[in-house]
Amino acid sequence: MVRIGLGMRISALGLASAVVIAFWGLVAILAPLIVPYDPGKIVDYDYFGPMTEDFLLGTDYLGRDMLSRILMGARYTVGISLAAVSLACFLGVTLGMVAAVIGGLLDQVLSRVIDAFNSIPSKLFGLVVVAAVGSSLPVLVLTLTAIYTPGSYRFARALAVNINAMDFVTVARARGEGLIYLIREEILPNIVGPVLADFGLRFVFIVLLLSGLSFLGLGVQPPYADWGALVQENIGGLPFGAPAVIFPSVAIASLTIAVNMLIDNLPRRIRDRSAP
Amino acid sequence: MNLLIARMILQRMGIVLLTLLIVSFAVFAVTELLPGDVVEILLGQSATPEAVAGLRAAMHLDEPAVIRFVKWLGGLATGDLGISYVNKLGVAELIEGRLFNTLKLGGVTALFAVPLALGLGIMAAMFQGSVFDRVVSAATVTVISVPEFMVATAAVLIFAVYLKWLPALSLAGDVGSIGELLRNFAMPVITLTFVISAQMIRMTRASVIDTLNTPYCEMALLKGASRVRLVLVHALPNALGAIANAVALSLSYLLGGVIIVETIFNYPGVAKLMVDAVATRDLPLIQSCAMIFCFGFLMLIMIADIVAILANPRLRG
Repeated sequence: MVRIGLGMRISALGLASAVVIAFWGLVAILAPLIVPYDPGKIVDYDYFGPMTEDFLLGTDYLGRDMLSRILMGARYTVGISLAAVSLACFLGVTLGMVAAVIGGLLDQVLSRVIDAFNSIPSKLFGLVVVAAVGSSLPVLVLTLTAIYTPGSYRFARALAVNINAMDFVTVARARGEGLIYLIREEILPNIVGPVLADFGLRFVFIVLLLSGLSFLGLGVQPPYADWGALVQENIGGLPFGAPAVIFPSVAIASLTIAVNMLIDNLPRRIRDRSAP
Repeated sequence: MNLLIARMILQRMGIVLLTLLIVSFAVFAVTELLPGDVVEILLGQSATPEAVAGLRAAMHLDEPAVIRFVKWLGGLATGDLGISYVNKLGVAELIEGRLFNTLKLGGVTALFAVPLALGLGIMAAMFQGSVFDRVVSAATVTVISVPEFMVATAAVLIFAVYLKWLPALSLAGDVGSIGELLRNFAMPVITLTFVISAQMIRMTRASVIDTLNTPYCEMALLKGASRVRLVLVHALPNALGAIANAVALSLSYLLGGVIIVETIFNYPGVAKLMVDAVATRDLPLIQSCAMIFCFGFLMLIMIADIVAILANPRLRG
């Protein structure tokens, strides 16, 4: 266990996971500054080149530097997923709290519609939307948001309904506080821990779905490539076990496993903040 | 009491029907009302306005969207799925054989995955905290944390590239013997089994452990029951409902997996058909495939709900 201030402790595994996540976050921000080669430029005459001193992670199916492409890919994978998960959780949690506080018909109608949305398999929804409007960054972000808002809504609503039944909320209501005060000052602070954990889990789902869509050729479009697209365009190297197909996969796995591990090892004080 | 159960089950079915209606509306709305004019795609940019108008009338695209939706829904209900834009074949005949292939793949996977997952999940719960439990838990977290296509590529790397036991591609068309059938099925089935077993193992383990924390299990432990007896005799019968629910829910993950797996292994199923249809923007085919998947998904979730209702001892008469 390692102390991280405020009287909280985190396990070594949790800390290591946080370091991996921070690493990919920094890479996503700094990518254009740290890439050794232009990621779109063909730098090697050989394709599916091995790992050498010049090309640390080998070269791809056209002879482009894999390290540069993976570093730039982090921007798309992390950026799109973060944008989508932030939007989805903001919408879902807000709607969930509003539904729990107001209740009645609004709650019922909203919950029924959102349940129906939930019963469309996520990959299928992505496929249908991309078929209809084509793939672009805004479309991807909005589609992923639409897919993961219902789950976030259900999660937040279930938590908020419990808090809503507590005495301090009743008191606030009797004081005549409005809806916005209630959800911001009374409900939200009491569900923020689990909501953050849910944010992380949903981030993992979105990274996986985005990679899956890109792998099907329906996500980020060339000449740009996220990690899923990098696997897809280099899949021809699979029979030789080329580094170009292995390392993007490793990048995805390292990010998603790290987020999952961090959530499992979050300090109790954060995870259980809803506990009275 | 049985009346109560029947009423709850009927209620669930009603909700599923309503959901199916909303879903069909969503599928229709997304594919029909968003930009991208089908007629212009079909005829190309150099088409004359007369030709565009003619084809539009022939395809009933000049009618209001609501009427087209009702017609389309009626067609779905009666089995008339419309005509593919691309090769002018009936969507129903295109899907027929493919659907059987996909069901076969799903069925064979379930046959392997369910016993495997239940066994591992129950054992992990039985020896909770042991090395075995930790290895199983770490493995399932890993499989859940990576995209399905990585499980598939890893399977290809291991079984086809290094061990050379199996062909990397599956060609379900020409099958001579049972051995050949197994070899062709093996890669997709192995991949899908991994993907859905991970979910199922976690859920099974969690529900058995939940039951182990109840007072009657603690009582059995205090009486001196062995760990194995405690799990098999005291906990398991009471966790069965939750486990059956978990199995049905996990099987619904098959749908997502199947889309990736059929594409990678070139397996001639509905999901591959749909991914190809997306590439050619063949909307009638996409709509029908999407409805088939949503229907299957909803059925599995409904079964999970009904099992949960039936397994609730408070509702048994």
